[in-house]
Amino acid sequence: MAKLHVSTTINGEPVEFLTEPGESMLDVLRGPLGLTGSKEGCGSGDCGACTITLDDRLVCSCLMLAAEAEGHEIRTIESMAEGETLHPLQQKFLEMAALQCGICTPGVLMAAKSLLERNPDPTETEVRFWLAGNLCRCTGYDKIVRAVLETAADMREAAR
Amino acid sequence: MNVISNKWIGQRTIRPDGADKVTGRAAYSADTTMPGLIWGKVLRSPHAHARIRSIDTSKAEALPGVKAVVTAKDIVDFPLDKPVMLGIQDMRWMCRNVMAREKALFHGHPVAAVAATSERIAQEACRLIEVDYEVLPHVIEIEDALKPDAPILHDFIKFDGKPSNIAGKLEHKLGDVDAGFAEADVIVERSFTTRPVHQGYIEPHSCLVSVSGDGKATIWSSSQGQFMVRAMTSLLTGIPQSDIRAFPAEIGGGFGGKTIIYLEPLAVVLSKKSGRPVKMTMTREEVFRASGPTSGSMSTVKIGATKDGRIVAAKGVFYLQAGALPGSPIRGAAGCAFAPYNIPNVHSLGFDVVSNRSKVAAYRAPGAPIGAYAAECVMDELAEALKMDPLELRLRNAAKEGTKAAHGPVFPRIGYEETIRAAMEHPHYSAPLGPNQGRGVASGFWFNAGGESSAQVNITEDGNVVVTTGHPDIGGSRASIANITAELLGIDYRKVSVLIGDTATIGYSNLTGGSRVLFASAMVVTQSTEKVIKTLCERAAKIWKIDPEAVEWEDGEARPAGDNAGKFPALSLAELAARATETGGPIGAGVQANTTGAEGGFATHICDVEVDRELGIVRVLRYTSFQDVGRAVHPSYVEGQMQGGAAQGIGWALSEEYLYDKQGRVDNASFLDYRMPVCSDLPMLDTVMIEVPNPKHPQGVRGVGEVPLVPPLAAVANAVYAALGHRFDSLPMSPPKVLAALEPAEA
Repeated sequence: MAKLHVSTTINGEPVEFLTEPGESMLDVLRGPLGLTGSKEGCGSGDCGACTITLDDRLVCSCLMLAAEAEGHEIRTIESMAEGETLHPLQQKFLEMAALQCGICTPGVLMAAKSLLERNPDPTETEVRFWLAGNLCRCTGYDKIVRAVLETAADMREAAR
Repeated sequence: MNVISNKWIGQRTIRPDGADKVTGRAAYSADTTMPGLIWGKVLRSPHAHARIRSIDTSKAEALPGVKAVVTAKDIVDFPLDKPVMLGIQDMRWMCRNVMAREKALFHGHPVAAVAATSERIAQEACRLIEVDYEVLPHVIEIEDALKPDAPILHDFIKFDGKPSNIAGKLEHKLGDVDAGFAEADVIVERSFTTRPVHQGYIEPHSCLVSVSGDGKATIWSSSQGQFMVRAMTSLLTGIPQSDIRAFPAEIGGGFGGKTIIYLEPLAVVLSKKSGRPVKMTMTREEVFRASGPTSGSMSTVKIGATKDGRIVAAKGVFYLQAGALPGSPIRGAAGCAFAPYNIPNVHSLGFDVVSNRSKVAAYRAPGAPIGAYAAECVMDELAEALKMDPLELRLRNAAKEGTKAAHGPVFPRIGYEETIRAAMEHPHYSAPLGPNQGRGVASGFWFNAGGESSAQVNITEDGNVVVTTGHPDIGGSRASIANITAELLGIDYRKVSVLIGDTATIGYSNLTGGSRVLFASAMVVTQSTEKVIKTLCERAAKIWKIDPEAVEWEDGEARPAGDNAGKFPALSLAELAARATETGGPIGAGVQANTTGAEGGFATHICDVEVDRELGIVRVLRYTSFQDVGRAVHPSYVEGQMQGGAAQGIGWALSEEYLYDKQGRVDNASFLDYRMPVCSDLPMLDTVMIEVPNPKHPQGVRGVGEVPLVPPLAAVANAVYAALGHRFDSLPMSPPKVLAALEPAEA
């Protein structure tokens, strides 16, 4: 089967790769591109551990064909911190113990970041429904929701 | 002696592995790669029950890209007549679970595996393997497996002298239960069923294995015990333990489900045959079909009390599904069900029942939630019959120091009563409720555990500290160990690095499970650190040319004490580390021990629900957990355990279950159809930590991870009863079941 050549932008860098037509974006990220921060929990779009953004839209990278990245801009968990400086959500998750095993954390953080970019002042209910596509089995979500709400408050304060 | 200083113990420090986990750098088992690796895939039985007449792998082996094939003949056989135990696992069942031998015993049971240069080729090769099956009648549910004409899974299992699907029995007896019931004014007896539920870890099982030309195997995998991986792989492949090195990858959730192995021995054989590193990862569908879950159950509980609310007798009969091979957690169900209460007459019986489903694995307080569900629902009904507050009934009968439990021990100082009192006094318990809303309470007990642990504490040349333990960190144990080490040494916790050693770099350490890790590892880390402190004092004494007994360690430095007090300037950890070579060499100490003194954990939960009468949906509105946590070394991760257990229990009570079709195949093997709670299903999960230190532990630690899953099933069920006036005797209380119960009343 002939491979497709794909030119795209990942985490702000121009990237080219070859992919088989049926290969998922997640497999290319985790395989040839070595970006293993996106996790595979189900391969069917149900757990959200592979969440990335495609042109600022949240997608499950396991449900996206790698070939669809052509000409678009992708961001993964690896781009969330700037050098040594963690994103406020990452810092808050550490301070508030909003992770246990950590396997869902990259997806949850990507989703939460996307929420706060759209809605800097979400209610608890809005946070819960926005994150409903990200399964976490360790925390019961309590500390995750609290960390997102506190980060939102901090970021609003910082923006004033 | 309990450490009472609070500089670091009890602080909400940043976990040592945190930064890697929020940036995507943490390496879980599927994140590891190696030059030249090939991919392994498992061929699984399409039948729930079938004799394997023959397997022909020749076409698969001929496919270009295929490098190796494994079948049962490549796995060490453990004959059926001779038990070989590894911990609680019998290798006779483990060898048949990783690869079917005489028969395929459940849909999804491995029958062969292939390694090839790509996953696609490996999958294609699996399809080319020809298995000649003789399909046999199957049995899925307990009630069917117990029928006289039920298909028998294993001819060699006999019960009462006859072939049977009952593979084991456990009995606890205290006093005279018949005489006890004769004294009772009120007796409640009810029967219940629960469905098997999966541990639901988000990380599928995965491993990477490389066997070198001289037969030495290296394994990278996520598990709840790298030493368990080494031992089981050794037994199943015949490679000596000294030739297997197992690295603990970061683990993406386990909850008991990763206390056994599935893929590692297959990957070892495939790597050995092919001479290439082999990676194997389960799909989510494979995880659901062939790993875990915990047992479904059928139970009957009878409790009798005098009219003033004194419980005089309790009887429980618990049938638990083992899956296709023996070994369900009947000890947890029969042992924990009545343990919260001081009952003079108890008879508790557990039966282990095999059927054509995947072999169960441990799940958080294995068996205990099943026992507690039945017992705590009966307690609720008993309180109602006695016209007594359900917490008051529990308080009047609460186990306390000196209470003899039916499963054996006499309790030392425990904190069960404190959890009830805290619940009674909490605003949640008296908050008003609206229409279609109800409040339920329930309690629970878990044994907790000690066992083998090893630790090494080394002082670096620049005066920092590296602690190595042997337990995969599943919920923040590294953070707690950092707090404890910093406390003992009197230094900032950021100077302490905590690592998990592989099987070649740290001594044997038993599983991460049973709520034992912090209890056991804190003990050996404390002993190691105390040795290090002694050495540091000796080194200072040498420099000062005084008696080591005349040196004390305080606030991270050696100080001359007694008659010498103030005679020399204190020596810091960094100064002593810098002079280690001249004073006697590197500074460090290790301790390996079989720890004892783990004492039981108790919890009481309050749950408020609202029932949507149109949709049949039960929504949890408010939830508060009260738990005796011993000592909260890192409170955030103790709360995290309490919240995570409550959430899993709510899922078990309301939505999670395995569905089987008529052919005995799991019909809902995906996260979409197996309905675990998502973020929008739950409210905040409030926690009240009660610290009654374990007198047998240096920091007062009791296990905290298991007991949070014990009360929720009954707490939710009792709340639903309070809301509807209808008592469900089976879980989950899913919308179709709730609607069916509502319809006759509302028609």
